[in-house]
Amino acid sequence: MSPSIPLQEMIRAIRSARTQCEERGVIQRECAAIRAQFRQADNGARSHNLAKLLYVHMLGYPAHFGQMECVRMIASPRYSEKRVGYLGAMMLLDEKQDASLLITNSIKNDLSHSNQYVQSLALCTLACMGSAEMCRDLAPEIDRLLRASNSYIKKKAALCAVHIVRKVHELGELFAPAARSLLTEKNHGVLHGAVVLITELCERNPEALERFRKTVPDLVQIMKGLVISGYSPEHDVAGISDPFLQVRILRLLRILGRHNETASDAMNDLLAQVATNTDSTKTVGNAVLYETVLTVLDIKSESGLRVLAVNILGRFLLNNDRNIRYIAMMSLQKIVGTDHNAVQRHRGTIVDCLKDHDASVKRRALELSLALVSASNIRSMMKELLLFLSSCPPELRAQTASGIFNAAERYAPSQRWHIDTILHVLTTAGGDVRDETVPNLIQLITNTSELHCYTVHKLYRALLTDISQQPLVQVACWCIGEYGDLLLKGECQETEPAQVTEDDVLDSLETVLQSHMSAPATRGFALTATMKLSTRITDNVDRIRSIVSIYGSCIDVELQQRAVEYNALFKKYDHMRAAVLERMPVIEKNSLGQTNGDFAGEAIKAIQPAIVKQGEPPLLLQPANQVCDLLDLLGGSEEPLQPSSVQSGTASGLPINNSSTAGGDLLDLLGGFEPTPAAQAPAVTVYEKDGVNLTLLCEKHSDTGLTVTLTASNSNDSDISSFTLQAAVPKSVQLHMKAPSGDFLPARGAAKVTQMVVLNNPNKVNLKMRVRISYTSQGSACQDTVQIDSFPGL
Amino acid sequence: MIKAILIFNNHGKPRLIRFYQYFTEDMQQQIIRETFHLVSKRDDNVCNFLEGGSLIGGSDYKLIYRHYATLYFVFCVDSSESELGILDLIQVFVETLDKCFENVCELDLIFHMDKVHYILQEVVMGGMVLETNMNEIVAQVELQNRMEKSEAIQNLSPPYLCHLLHIATSSRSLRSSSSIHLNVPPAGLSTILTPTRHPQL
Repeated sequence: MSPSIPLQEMIRAIRSARTQCEERGVIQRECAAIRAQFRQADNGARSHNLAKLLYVHMLGYPAHFGQMECVRMIASPRYSEKRVGYLGAMMLLDEKQDASLLITNSIKNDLSHSNQYVQSLALCTLACMGSAEMCRDLAPEIDRLLRASNSYIKKKAALCAVHIVRKVHELGELFAPAARSLLTEKNHGVLHGAVVLITELCERNPEALERFRKTVPDLVQIMKGLVISGYSPEHDVAGISDPFLQVRILRLLRILGRHNETASDAMNDLLAQVATNTDSTKTVGNAVLYETVLTVLDIKSESGLRVLAVNILGRFLLNNDRNIRYIAMMSLQKIVGTDHNAVQRHRGTIVDCLKDHDASVKRRALELSLALVSASNIRSMMKELLLFLSSCPPELRAQTASGIFNAAERYAPSQRWHIDTILHVLTTAGGDVRDETVPNLIQLITNTSELHCYTVHKLYRALLTDISQQPLVQVACWCIGEYGDLLLKGECQETEPAQVTEDDVLDSLETVLQSHMSAPATRGFALTATMKLSTRITDNVDRIRSIVSIYGSCIDVELQQRAVEYNALFKKYDHMRAAVLERMPVIEKNSLGQTNGDFAGEAIKAIQPAIVKQGEPPLLLQPANQVCDLLDLLGGSEEPLQPSSVQSGTASGLPINNSSTAGGDLLDLLGGFEPTPAAQAPAVTVYEKDGVNLTLLCEKHSDTGLTVTLTASNSNDSDISSFTLQAAVPKSVQLHMKAPSGDFLPARGAAKVTQMVVLNNPNKVNLKMRVRISYTSQGSACQDTVQIDSFPGL
Repeated sequence: MIKAILIFNNHGKPRLIRFYQYFTEDMQQQIIRETFHLVSKRDDNVCNFLEGGSLIGGSDYKLIYRHYATLYFVFCVDSSESELGILDLIQVFVETLDKCFENVCELDLIFHMDKVHYILQEVVMGGMVLETNMNEIVAQVELQNRMEKSEAIQNLSPPYLCHLLHIATSSRSLRSSSSIHLNVPPAGLSTILTPTRHPQL
């Protein structure tokens, strides 16, 4: 077997390979040679082979066959082999491999080796990949090394102890006394290790925290020594004495001083001294200052010191160095919850950082800006945030959009502003918003009824310019479908009205339907909107009919189903079309699924008495489920359709076909009914007592106008005479009672009395009516009042 | 805690990788690729801190990097380390390398990967900062190397010695043919490099 080439030659060979394939070839040859060499007994070049293997491992090739060799090398008496063996163990082994257990014994022996470098190798390996069992076995050894050895070993043993504590928490108790005594050392490396160990112990165990609070005076002393002492060349970095140790001690002081008055008092002077004396022109100085500021803000410091700290942060923020600005924003983020006003003072600078070129700085500035938004600065902040959104890097867009929505929801000064803001976000970053934005926006729009005209104009214009942002297109389609009549009226108070013809509107909807950019959900929206327009417009109903019938054979199943149903609506149920496609009611704040149920429930309850009036058995609640499913079917999750039309069918009084399945066709369900010619809205019994029965029938004939027909009947055996009705309504509603048909109710429902009441509700208040019934029955006068709160069909 | 230390060149080839948390080899290479991808996009005058990777440590970790000539030195740390402190640590490490290798360049790192590991072991141990005093580190490394050499000379066997001598001379011949140097200012002076100024080629 030819001796394999040493490490450098192999590296040279790998580097000279011109293609990936060549390189793989070289490496495979080398690995084979290494494997052969491993199998041989002891030969002089073992360490070189392992070094080569590690190089190959770094390049990403498998090297697991070297694990046993590592174990063998660690056990070798030669330092050079031990060194490479331990390095290999740290790179190739971890606690999950079985081979790692085999090195426990070697490590144990090496920890008591005479040569300190062998000891240090063992400590290093234990600290890197020591498993919990190994740590438990070797903890007493480490403790011994912590106490009685030279400073080189002590500092390594301290960090090894940190690793052990992280792996096995209970062993923290073991190291606590040793850690305490290490604080008296002079060597900075050992001090550093001791401080790290104490920090780890305090973070894990609150009892240890209590005990180590007593060390605060010692720590303060050490810090003072570092800060005030003269120039010491060995620890000096840019004029500051051992900044790394200072930073560590400050961090430990922070942990010890948190929530504790006495400890914080002991530190106040020191912190003030460090804050004022440290030179902030160099990076190391800034590192120490930054740590000091964080400590001051975290412990119970006095207010003067806090002000000083926030000022230092403000200075950092204005620094030219981007690193410092980044650090400053990070620390401001930490205190924005507690010292909100202090941070607000720097809002201007933070908002400027949004325009920085650096992506990290932008990210920090964005988080901080979103945290700083409040009711007083919402308008200006939103302007800045929207500007940022249009130019921000793509990975930050989703966060920005959701942050803007949250802020707008909480602090919107006016509805119109809110809607404008959301529309702006949708036009700029429509692809990155969350899914629930669309229903939220729709709900917001329906709630602000005075802005319907304005909203639909704006959305129409947005639709004309760009149909690629799906959420925007969905909302726009929905609005055009709902409020298309307002769009076509051509007058609007809040914005320039567009002279839109019906054809234009249908054109734009058709573009959305046919565009390849539209998602299936969007096309569903557009189709439904087109259908809704059939009741809002007058001329082009045929065009709508043709559009809808085309999609009856669409490949997309969802669209096809909708189109077929709408077709049916045109053909067989044309009389119901107006009611089906009426204006939506205001959506409640609950999830829309619940709303579906609510509406259906109310309407059903109202219908049942109607059936009673005709002597039929009451409807079971089964239809409620079917109706809910019906609503699901027709409108998807976002569009609860008017239940009134379906109720008109059920009001016919025939028992519903209960066997209709949950997802059953609209056609099947409607087919179970006999369409009643008169019933456009349900007749509700509002009063039933002593045989007198009063029912109410609503008919809406305009946006604000409503005709209520009250029908009275008498199921007693005796006649009723002088039957009169009086009605009262809320103040803003206008009432006009027409002449009743009569005032005599014969027995056993032989004839009825009807009275029409015309109501006008311009302010669209919640409609209530109080009706007083007075009549004479069997010689005695009776009077009763009934309050009607719900008007089905409204 | 430092989760990983990566050194790679401007084309993404790893020159030194050290993970202080266990990852499979595939994950390791993936992390290297992702880190290179993130770091190479950065301009020269932006800040040295990066967030946004997803592979190591989840949301808690940052990348703190420095770009010297052809090499990127990247430290992946979590929130328990001081960011500015780590920046300085990178500086100390590079200065130490400079002292140990005498005007270190990328080729030194390539051909003496194991020695670089031993130096790193004196600076960072188990993911924690061990020693920051450059002279101390250099002294310890020197002693260890001397020990290794003396042990090797003790085993006087001709082929082995030939190999040793070969190694000893080859590194010097390498240095004379290396083209790019990392010009790091010597320790003790007050000119710690600010992030905006970069060493000259």
